[in-house]
Amino acid sequence: MAKYSLRHAFAEALVDLGKKYPNLVALEADLQDSTQSIQFMKAFPERYIQVGIAEQNMMGIAAGLALSGKIPVTHTFACFASMRACEQVRTSIAYPKLNVKIFVSHCGVSAGTAGTSHHAIEDIAIMRAIPNMTVIAPGDAREMRQAAEAAIRYDGPAYVRVGAGEAEDVYTETHHFEIGKATVLRDGNDATIISTGQLMYEAVCASDELRKQGKKIRVLQMGTVKPIDREVILEAAEETGFIVTIEEHNVVGGLGGAVAEVAAEIGKAKVRRLGIQDRFSPVGTAAYILGEEMLTINDIIVSLLEFVKE
Amino acid sequence: MAQCYDIEYLRELARQSRIDVIKMLEAAKSGHPGGSLSEIEILVALYGHVMKHDNDNINMKDRDRFVLSKGHGIPGLYAVMANLDYWPREDLLSLRTVNSRFQGHPDRVRLPGLEASTGSLGQGLSIAIGYALASKLDNDAYRVYCVIGDGESQEGQIWEAALSAPKFKLDNLVCILDYNKGQIDGFVKDVMPLEPIADKWKAFGWHVIKVDGHDIDELIRAFEEAASIKGKPTFILADTVKGKGVSFMEGLIDWHGVAPNKEEAEQALKELGA
Repeated sequence: MAKYSLRHAFAEALVDLGKKYPNLVALEADLQDSTQSIQFMKAFPERYIQVGIAEQNMMGIAAGLALSGKIPVTHTFACFASMRACEQVRTSIAYPKLNVKIFVSHCGVSAGTAGTSHHAIEDIAIMRAIPNMTVIAPGDAREMRQAAEAAIRYDGPAYVRVGAGEAEDVYTETHHFEIGKATVLRDGNDATIISTGQLMYEAVCASDELRKQGKKIRVLQMGTVKPIDREVILEAAEETGFIVTIEEHNVVGGLGGAVAEVAAEIGKAKVRRLGIQDRFSPVGTAAYILGEEMLTINDIIVSLLEFVKE
Repeated sequence: MAQCYDIEYLRELARQSRIDVIKMLEAAKSGHPGGSLSEIEILVALYGHVMKHDNDNINMKDRDRFVLSKGHGIPGLYAVMANLDYWPREDLLSLRTVNSRFQGHPDRVRLPGLEASTGSLGQGLSIAIGYALASKLDNDAYRVYCVIGDGESQEGQIWEAALSAPKFKLDNLVCILDYNKGQIDGFVKDVMPLEPIADKWKAFGWHVIKVDGHDIDELIRAFEEAASIKGKPTFILADTVKGKGVSFMEGLIDWHGVAPNKEEAEQALKELGA
């Protein structure tokens, strides 16, 4: 399988979309290499707005541009967009439902050794709690490209979350991203794994491994955390009775929280939430942290086997 | 080059708007009289003469844009726009009631004609910069006006915005400070001093003009001067009086966010010649 950087996939997609949508403009807060908005800058310098290290101002300017009929795409890290500029996102953008796309890189613990200040394990919970907001977390380059176009075509605020590293390809030609719809990556009725972001690779690997032992684990990629695809969660609860969620985020309020909220309404499934266990993430390489936080293929398998014993 | 205008008409517009502010706040039993009254001449100069706008065509493409960053002053804008036939004056009395279009802070989704939803202080100038950038990108001729408060200027985002507008050479942008010198907890100079304000904005790269914020002629001349400045945005420091026009409110912090009761409103309306 091949790997590809989702930041680069988004940046390339945005350049293509820039040709298609003349009203698309990009804003950057001094991270043009990290976010790869440099690609848009080179292609469309006249539609590129560098605001410096001032994320709050960036969100407000984006609101004004959207009010003028532009499709502004802001670029910064997840921690800064969701926390430093949180209230600007809420009040200047989401409240009047403005057509701003908030693209964030270095989500979860992917900033790794840069340290906990640069990790974002709270952003899904924060953004999910803001009315009118759509929260998208693609898992591989193919899903990212499709999600980029879907976000630009969608009329309203959207938060698009990707990591810093490379993501393994999982999507095949038959998989398709649609806002608000989960993607069924593997069938099965013994249990369900629901993933978001690039941990969908670990989810699929865990399912494939267990399949060798005759256990059929359904895998759903929740490329959109909000609005959450209620139907597939309810089906999974009814049909499989056990759901493991996995995300590069605090287990409080993220994908696991969203899935548990829906599943609890019918009370037919146990839900186990894998993620950062409500503590500040340790510092190390992203791979090291994911190991420390029990977010590996093996951790998923262990969780599933506790339920799917027979 | 200066367009002529009827100063008596504009003064009457200001007087009538003040009357409406008092009536609205009394009806709502809450709201912000101090800052709604201090900004009136600024709004009258803009909406009554300077700005290109059309109440019959609120989405007119080349209309000038106005952002009230100090969103709590919205009763003043509701009143001025009502007197220019954007909406019926009697509707203003629904201020702050359930499902009213006239919310305590501006909501452009509920009330089309407003250009921005504000209320959380410090955010409007950035939105105005977005409008001004879009005007430049599209080679449109419209201009953008933004009123900020002095207390509001304690927010860091104001200074992020102040730093950025000169970089983008936004000579189509005018930021007006309603310098009424009061905020909820006291005088601005005591709560968190801002002076020297003009020097700060000059240092940030703005063309700065000081005016008497209750002198409509002076305000109009300042807006005309701003329109002639190329390559940089203009900051108008409008010296105002909190609660202007009502003797017992003028200059008093207590009237920042308290509505007049029936007797107080009657007294105020009498002073305003209602």
